[in-house]
Amino acid sequence: MSCTVSMTVNGKTVSREVEERTLLVAFLREHLGLTGTHVGCDTSQCGACVVHVDGRSVKSCTTLAIQADGATVTTIEGLAAADGTLHPMQAAFREHHGLQCGFCTPGMVMSAVDLVRENPNPTEADIREGLEGNICRCTGYHNIVKAVKAGADAMQGAQAAPVAAE
Amino acid sequence: MANPNGIGASVRRREDQRFLTGRGNYTDDFKRPNMTHAVHVRSPYAHARVLGIDPADALAMPGVVAVLTGADMEADKVGSLPCGWQIHSKDGSPMKEPPHYPLARDRVRYVGDAVAVVIAETREQARDAAEMVVVDYEELPAVGSSTRAIDGAATLVHDDAPGNVCYDWHLGDKAAVDAAFAQAAHVARIDLVNQRLVPNAMEPRAALGEYDASSGEYTLTTTSQNPHVIRLLMGAFVLGIPEHKLRVVAPDVGGGFGSKIFHYGEEAVVTWAARKIGRPVKWTADRSESFLTDAHGRDHVSHAEMAMDADGNFLALRVSTLANMGAYLSTFAPSIPTYLYATLLAGQYKTPAIYAEVKAVFTNTSPVDAYRGAGRPEACYLIERLVDVAAGVMGMDKTEIRRRNFVPADAMPYQTPVALQYDTGDFAKNLDIALPLVDYPGFQQRRAESKARGKLRGIGFATYIEACGIAPSNVAGALGARAGLYECAEVRFHPTGSVTVFTGSHSHGQGHETTFAQIVAERFGVPIENVEIVHGDTNKIPFGMGTYGSRSLAVGGSALVKAMDKVERKAKKIAAHMLEAAETDIEVKDGRFTVAGTDKSLGIGDIALQAYVPHNFPLDELEPGLDEQAFYDPKNFTYPNGCHVCELEIDPDTGVTTIVNFAAVDDFGNVINPLIVEGQVHGGLVQGIGQALYENCVYDEESGQLVTGSYMDYCMPRADDVPSFTVRYHEDQPCTHNPLGVKGCGEAGTIGAAAAVMNAVVDALSDYGITHMDMPATPEKVWRTIRDATPALAAE
Ligand code: FES
Ligand code: FES
Repeated sequence: MSCTVSMTVNGKTVSREVEERTLLVAFLREHLGLTGTHVGCDTSQCGACVVHVDGRSVKSCTTLAIQADGATVTTIEGLAAADGTLHPMQAAFREHHGLQCGFCTPGMVMSAVDLVRENPNPTEADIREGLEGNICRCTGYHNIVKAVKAGADAMQGAQAAPVAAE
Repeated sequence: MANPNGIGASVRRREDQRFLTGRGNYTDDFKRPNMTHAVHVRSPYAHARVLGIDPADALAMPGVVAVLTGADMEADKVGSLPCGWQIHSKDGSPMKEPPHYPLARDRVRYVGDAVAVVIAETREQARDAAEMVVVDYEELPAVGSSTRAIDGAATLVHDDAPGNVCYDWHLGDKAAVDAAFAQAAHVARIDLVNQRLVPNAMEPRAALGEYDASSGEYTLTTTSQNPHVIRLLMGAFVLGIPEHKLRVVAPDVGGGFGSKIFHYGEEAVVTWAARKIGRPVKWTADRSESFLTDAHGRDHVSHAEMAMDADGNFLALRVSTLANMGAYLSTFAPSIPTYLYATLLAGQYKTPAIYAEVKAVFTNTSPVDAYRGAGRPEACYLIERLVDVAAGVMGMDKTEIRRRNFVPADAMPYQTPVALQYDTGDFAKNLDIALPLVDYPGFQQRRAESKARGKLRGIGFATYIEACGIAPSNVAGALGARAGLYECAEVRFHPTGSVTVFTGSHSHGQGHETTFAQIVAERFGVPIENVEIVHGDTNKIPFGMGTYGSRSLAVGGSALVKAMDKVERKAKKIAAHMLEAAETDIEVKDGRFTVAGTDKSLGIGDIALQAYVPHNFPLDELEPGLDEQAFYDPKNFTYPNGCHVCELEIDPDTGVTTIVNFAAVDDFGNVINPLIVEGQVHGGLVQGIGQALYENCVYDEESGQLVTGSYMDYCMPRADDVPSFTVRYHEDQPCTHNPLGVKGCGEAGTIGAAAAVMNAVVDALSDYGITHMDMPATPEKVWRTIRDATPALAAE
């Protein structure tokens, strides 16, 4: 059985005819060609597939595309500013070497952004606990934790800046 | 002025921009016009005869293009997956090397062994149809572990490997060791298991095969650490495709840790099938398939004994190890428990006599091969556990017994009794740097404080050495490698002064696009943005051996230096010609070529331009162009070494272990990029901690079923399971035989960490009289161990 699924992905409205069982991650990767979102497991454990649906982090490997019908979806491709400027969290991962092979990275960054949205001032323990749903085999997490802390500070700063200017 | 992006600078990685914005190109990201999808039909039994395969129902499913079997491959004369290393047994006979077909023919030998492949328009259709392939199996008794394999009554995994033995090998001087034991004042003994692990790179393996009927060319895009090796093995041995008609591309690869070195059957299946059906074929493993079919690591059962004199000086070491090869020999499997393990059993100690016996056996489990460290973590774990037991036997401090037996720095180069010659290393210095980082003198007080809170505190040391930069081809050849292990590089200056480097090393997280460019920027003074590093494509790069065994910088980086030397020599000739000076008068510094004692000089950019638009070169002596290639074969292994210290606390009520401090001091020789080196150490440490505390690949002994086949059952270390680390390195002992003075840093963390953690766990439990515990020290196991060691509790 096929169905029509429409949503806003990275600011663009898209609509596709897909099989009902199509997962959101397959919709993004196969149908929209947005291959930045990865699949690292089949038991909803690794977090390589995390995207934002209506602003909250979601494992797209365990979400049907049709469940996101009408939603606003942001993937790693849509996180940087339109002019290519990295999101503060992306920039912090680069600065603190929070990635090696890059495979877990999109999910890790999307999770981190949502973590900071919920807790703007996370401690090391908060960060470690908050990223418990994302597995990284390369970095040993040390630099990811540093990056998320720095990213959180930078996101705070970025939010504070316009206020200060007013 | 030093180049800000040169050697020694923590240059931020250039590859990160694409990874951070979702623009990496991993194998599964590729889509081709008219592409089909493959799903393998895999054996649910560990051991069975295949009586027949009926594809009719599957073929009738929507979207199915083909169902292919081992019989189809046999009809097309597809060969067996070759093994790259040959070991000879004690009696001189060669190891048993049974065939390993990409699709099994009449017998399956482990759960996950592929019997057929279904190719369909979409992956979902292929998956649905794979369920409909009817395979008639006759189940056979299975051998689920190495100890079971050598039990005389065990079924044979391969009919032509009696007793399930692949080889029975030894190294060292048995008579000298026996004599030393006869005179020993004290002997320390240990029995231990180095459990099986699943490498678990986060990107599952994938392969995309294509065939161009007009040119007769095949292309395989695959998750590989060494595309040229795959081209050679698959082209020459499996599919019979000559190299000039076979291109192998390893694009961005999402981690390897060894598991992506090997040539796997799926690569041959998609390449062969692409021609057969006339369309591109892509296969991507799901994680369950990775658990079943990626080559696993470790899986040793060992007994070891150390003979000592009355003062705790080591006299001799005797080791016997049972190594599990799995159902078939993976590409480098035979070399791991032999030449990458037994040769490292001297560790950092001057033990004068060593004898090791290794029996490798077949079982009905997934093949076992190199996993980060490959043999060296097993050696380090065995020695360092045994040294702690020895300290207990002698009643000596654990740092003191190590110091007493270290090979002293002034004994370098040091010939071990097990084949290797260490070139440099100052082991006492590593320990001296480490002790203040963990406040060793304050430990007993911290232990007492923990005890007052009802907690058990322990401290553990691992002083490791490894052999990296694999390898000198002549040594590797003498040890059974069927190929030399050099590396290649090509440095191509373009007319406008930018540079492309082609390297046989492969980056799957190590950051070569940054570090290799730093080396070029340093040498020629060119901006790092103007240097491009190309790797991973057999159509672009010269024949290279790839990345494993911490060899990229030591071997690949050295090849790069050699190619840059050639470029410089040529540039000097061109400069001499342009400046109308004698070549011997040209001085070179940071990419400027100056006539000595004058202000006449040229930059490398000017020279590059002239090299490509010459008008009056003396063509007999000087060819146009500035593009040089070099192959580098090292004279020796490199020997990274270090001292890792772990302090932890155990809650005896729950068995939960918490690492409170972890310091790693390493000697990697010279360091190109400190930021990247530290990242490699962090990642390695967590893999070592994972082995010590969490990870365990379990097969049911009876049935050969994989019990830990997903992240629900196989415990991967997560962010909240591990601490932050104190990482230090020193550059006082550069490698003496490669031009960069580098030793390699990729595996160190994994090698030292497991031993340091387990030594700390056992130390914490020492009040209960516990002297050893096998990994992983899960809460349940720790709790039970404490309970069993406490008569009052056990009696309850
Ligand atoms: S792919 Fe692993 S959690 Fe989604
Ligand atoms: S960077 Fe490789 S898995 Fe995280």
